Amino acid sequence: MSTLMEDPCCDVLVLGIGNLLWADEGFGVRCVEKLAAEWQVPPSVTVMDGGTQGLYLLPYVQGAKRLIVFDAIDYGLPPGTMKRVEGDEVPRFMGAKKMSLHQTGFQEVIAAADLTGQLPEALLLIGVQPEELEDYGGSLRPVVKARLDDAVAMAVAQLRDWGHAVEPRAAKVGAGDTALTMDAYEAGRPSAEAASRIGDDRFLAA
Amino acid sequence: MGVYETQGFKMDNSGKRVVVDTISRIEGHLRVEVKLDKDNVNRKAVSTGTRRRGLEVILKGRDPRDAWAFTERICGVCTGTHALTSVRAVEDALSIKIPENANTIRNLMQLNLYVHDHLVHFYHLHALDWVDIVSALKADPKKTSELAQSISNWPLSSPGYFRDLQNRLKKFVESGQLGPFSNAYWGNPAYKLPPEANLMATAHYLEALDFQKEIVKVHTIFGGKNPHPNWLVGGVPCAINVHDTGAVGAINMERLNLVKSIVDRSKEFVEQVYIPDLLAIASFYKGWLHGGGLSSQALLSYGDMPERANDYSPGNLLLPRGAIIGGKLDKIHEVDLKDPEQIQEFVNHSWYKYADESKGLHPFDGVTEPNYKPEGPNFKGTRTRIEQLDESAKYSWIKAPRWRGNAMEVGCLSRMVLGYLQPKQFPFIKETIDGVLKKLDVPVTALFSTLGRTAARGIETLYCADLQVKQLDKLIANIKAGDSSTANVEKWEPSTWPKEAKGAGFTEAPRGALGHWIKIKDTKIDNYQCVVPTTWNGSPRDHKGQIGAYEASLMNTPLAKADEPLEILRTLHSFDPCLACSTHVMSPDGQEMTSVKIR
Repeated sequence: MSTLMEDPCCDVLVLGIGNLLWADEGFGVRCVEKLAAEWQVPPSVTVMDGGTQGLYLLPYVQGAKRLIVFDAIDYGLPPGTMKRVEGDEVPRFMGAKKMSLHQTGFQEVIAAADLTGQLPEALLLIGVQPEELEDYGGSLRPVVKARLDDAVAMAVAQLRDWGHAVEPRAAKVGAGDTALTMDAYEAGRPSAEAASRIGDDRFLAA
Repeated sequence: MGVYETQGFKMDNSGKRVVVDTISRIEGHLRVEVKLDKDNVNRKAVSTGTRRRGLEVILKGRDPRDAWAFTERICGVCTGTHALTSVRAVEDALSIKIPENANTIRNLMQLNLYVHDHLVHFYHLHALDWVDIVSALKADPKKTSELAQSISNWPLSSPGYFRDLQNRLKKFVESGQLGPFSNAYWGNPAYKLPPEANLMATAHYLEALDFQKEIVKVHTIFGGKNPHPNWLVGGVPCAINVHDTGAVGAINMERLNLVKSIVDRSKEFVEQVYIPDLLAIASFYKGWLHGGGLSSQALLSYGDMPERANDYSPGNLLLPRGAIIGGKLDKIHEVDLKDPEQIQEFVNHSWYKYADESKGLHPFDGVTEPNYKPEGPNFKGTRTRIEQLDESAKYSWIKAPRWRGNAMEVGCLSRMVLGYLQPKQFPFIKETIDGVLKKLDVPVTALFSTLGRTAARGIETLYCADLQVKQLDKLIANIKAGDSSTANVEKWEPSTWPKEAKGAGFTEAPRGALGHWIKIKDTKIDNYQCVVPTTWNGSPRDHKGQIGAYEASLMNTPLAKADEPLEILRTLHSFDPCLACSTHVMSPDGQEMTSVKIR
């Protein structure tokens, strides 16, 4: 994952956004976790877990020449459907109503980068249609989890296309906060009996 | 239609209904309903948390040393503050002492967050409640330059600079892609700035966007990574090695000098841009002193930033701690997070169940058993589609935290008033506030308003920018004196812990008092409760029917236009809520008049 950056960013910023505590909302973050664990990227590429940091991500976006974003996006398609959005289409997609679940955060980041004349020259959004968002403390649903490989492969292909040498690692390496990696996060979840998961019908109802 | 009286406010249920609803799926949900009388003055306010959370759902049974990483993900804006509160709770439970350097570095992380967060809040989340961007297009760049030069020595102030900026802005507005400037109420008569002040503030909006990226580098240096810095029970996870350049990521003189240059420039930006802008804007709004709510009656701060490590007593805290109740400013009460009689959460109007709801529960004994049942004689709608809530029944997913039975306002205004009242310990705060009041020619009571809250945030930024420089000097001096310790790992191994332990951790998040309470049993988390700032400020009514800070702050505020609730947003934003909202303005018969998304 990202380490110290005296001057934020890089030729390519690969950013995963979303909240890993809200089930499929964690898709973007899990994509960068997987990318960092399984692929060796050159120093010109920064892989970052952006969480739900919104405007705090602006410096990195401003500093990047090209940007790849992983995110869970509501396109109204069947759960698990992948979608690739490029270039000028990205802000529009992220700005459309209910399109991105982080629109209030990340759409603004893109707009602010544009406003300051520092929008990356190439944008790629790799999205997946989520199935479940309202399970606090839950993990990715199987249909969404099954797309992690495809999503990461899409980013790897794009990075190679842009001329960056990306190679598979001989062995997986740990990435991110150990307690939050997908396996530890899933294994440590308290049972429904130990911790009530009853919530608000308005949100629990699909 | 009844009138209901509490805490000196008269709530009138008649009139036009306006609903401010949320859209954020990330940090939480909030919905606010007000009633306007025939003159468009707010006569009733009801604030509802529309989503349940509860960290015990996630943390029970996990390793206490990992809790910070989870709590860091609760919220997109208080990230590091939640993590710090969590490690402090664990340290309190296990009686772990941290080294001086760790304390100073934590202070620097907090101070850095304050400066960054407050700056971003003022320019990017709140300024547009006061500044009309579209009006800036009509400004005369030459007069804007004269205005800017009359209030500050900031070098970017030539007529050409403002002309270029105005042209960029024109292009942006004409493109129709307004981005952050969309969905606002441009031209609303509640905007009071002349075009030149609007153009100047817009220029600084953009400069602050550029400058904020410098500030956050400090978090990367001390936290190891951004945007989710690392934290550690027992200290901080960065090594200090001043003589060496070898260790990757270690703090050496080169890095400390980089931090030095960042904190110096931050202070300069706050002094020369933020504060002059704040004063200039405030001078046009000093006649609009609505939105005070509970602030003149009941204020609470846990305090933060211990000068010396491991001493959390009020006299050692650089941000003031204490409570004011009943409007009695001459009596500052001591605050103890572990006293079962002080902080209690009530659920009489919240969708939770207690065995005995006539009593509140201290967070150590906190129970979070959902009881979702929208009801009451005035309730309209279904369980899944609420049209109108009845605040006489349960109406919120937020519990009602109270301090000795009182509803409290938390946040920058509480801290700055508590500092103002203790000039011996906080001379900088006292002098700065007096200077601001004199410059604006307003009495001290003007602080108890929306504008006062916004001014308090600026004053606090100045204070923190100054403290940041001092804390860094202290760190460097301590390191030069030979102390390079950053962590105490004596009690890292769970085998050294007692069978059962409990502790409370506190911080002041930029938006207010934040507490975590942890119970550890057999080396695992047995219970974990958080009371966050927005729970205090956004709380529903309690056992005595007392309203919370948001509800109180909206009372008696007039709206210039009923279908553009700019003044409501201005006041809610002044609290810096950790929520994103969308507004729906309803007609008297409950039909939606207009729907506007805001944040």
